[in-house]
Amino acid sequence: MKGKKSATLEDAVGRIGDGASLLIGGFSDPGVPEFLIDGVCDLKRRDLTIITNNPGFRHGGIVRLIEEGCVARLVCSFQWGLEKELDGFRQLYDAGNVEIVPQGTLAERMRAAGAGLGGFLTPTAVGTDLAEGKPTMTVDGREYVLEKPLKGDFALIKAFKTDPRGNLIYRKTARNFNPVMAMAADYTIAEVQEDVAMDALDPEIIVTPGVFVDTYYVTGWYEIGKDRSG
Amino acid sequence: MSEQTNLLTRQQIAARAAQDMEDGWLVNLGIGMPTMIPAFIPKDRDVMFHSENGLIGMGPPPAEGEADQDLISAGKELVTMISGGSYVHHTDSFAIARGGRLDCAVLGAFQVAVNGDLCNWRLPNQTSGSVGGAMDIAAGSKRVFAMMSHTARDGAAKIVAERTYPLTAMQVVTKIYTDMAVISVTPDGLILNEVAPGLTADEVQAVTDAPLNMDDVGTINVAA
Repeated sequence: MKGKKSATLEDAVGRIGDGASLLIGGFSDPGVPEFLIDGVCDLKRRDLTIITNNPGFRHGGIVRLIEEGCVARLVCSFQWGLEKELDGFRQLYDAGNVEIVPQGTLAERMRAAGAGLGGFLTPTAVGTDLAEGKPTMTVDGREYVLEKPLKGDFALIKAFKTDPRGNLIYRKTARNFNPVMAMAADYTIAEVQEDVAMDALDPEIIVTPGVFVDTYYVTGWYEIGKDRSG
Repeated sequence: MSEQTNLLTRQQIAARAAQDMEDGWLVNLGIGMPTMIPAFIPKDRDVMFHSENGLIGMGPPPAEGEADQDLISAGKELVTMISGGSYVHHTDSFAIARGGRLDCAVLGAFQVAVNGDLCNWRLPNQTSGSVGGAMDIAAGSKRVFAMMSHTARDGAAKIVAERTYPLTAMQVVTKIYTDMAVISVTPDGLILNEVAPGLTADEVQAVTDAPLNMDDVGTINVAA
């Protein structure tokens, strides 16, 4: 499909409903789809499950979603001390609604979901608190933990450029989780810095083929990690 | 007890660990003290640094005016890329870590046990912890070196017979660099390789909660 462009932010995120699970890209500030997150905040949805590497460490972004009571459950590898600073996070944590997942396992669980696999065996976390209750298996003398696929109803990702089919390229370490999240959701929404004409991107350098992208919204360049909530 | 002045500075520990980074290695550095290592790599060695947020060939911090908001390390610091580097997405970055492509990971630690158990992601009295990539990298790297103060702030030993802190990875640490000593972790126990200038082997043993083999102890070279 060629016409994947959303003219407005509302068009891009409007179909996200209460109770949806969202894979949200980024590692620290690079690669975080800040416009899309603000768009979701403005929808005032409830009971969202947020799956992301780190929910942020300042106000705005995913922290804003937590502060505004939109989040019922959080899956992440890092929370960077948020439990000390943010009551909303503390409440989620104390209620058992924050799942801490080793970073490589988080990425691979999404890859498994995107690739149609039922899970995978990883040496990561064997014998630790984070493997508690999970099946283990010994293969060729090494012990592994069985990890299940992790899927989202929606992926909110950020890319550098897109063509009309949603073929994406990224910028530097802003790539991070975005390609794997694009694979692992039923509906993937990309915010992109720039959209270019068909054939303007060399097919050899496409990182995420448009088959994984349902719609995109063009933001232009912006300074990342700025508080836009005020 | 020894004088405080006989303890190595963080720079000196980093400089000592840097001497053991071999030519051709790909190395992942944990947050904190390990990130000081690159500045001390001998000039004639080609050592590349992997940052798990998708950067192979991490370079030093950018010169003024050269910073790029999309180029950071796993420790959230603005960095650069060296010639011949590449970007990967997270799944590939951790395939590199788990798949045995890291020659070495140098990680901070709260506790290291005689059997090489590494504890560095959560304190026992913390209800939550930030695991990040520590467990994947520690489980997958060909070698794991721990870099830390020899004792905790309260004086408690961090090198112990059996761990009491939450585990990061089992039996992975093979070398420990502290402000007092360089210690090898072997199937036969801990071997005290080197002590900081002005310290004795017995002084190091006194603050280590496991027996140290002291058959052949050298002195850490801290010459600038």
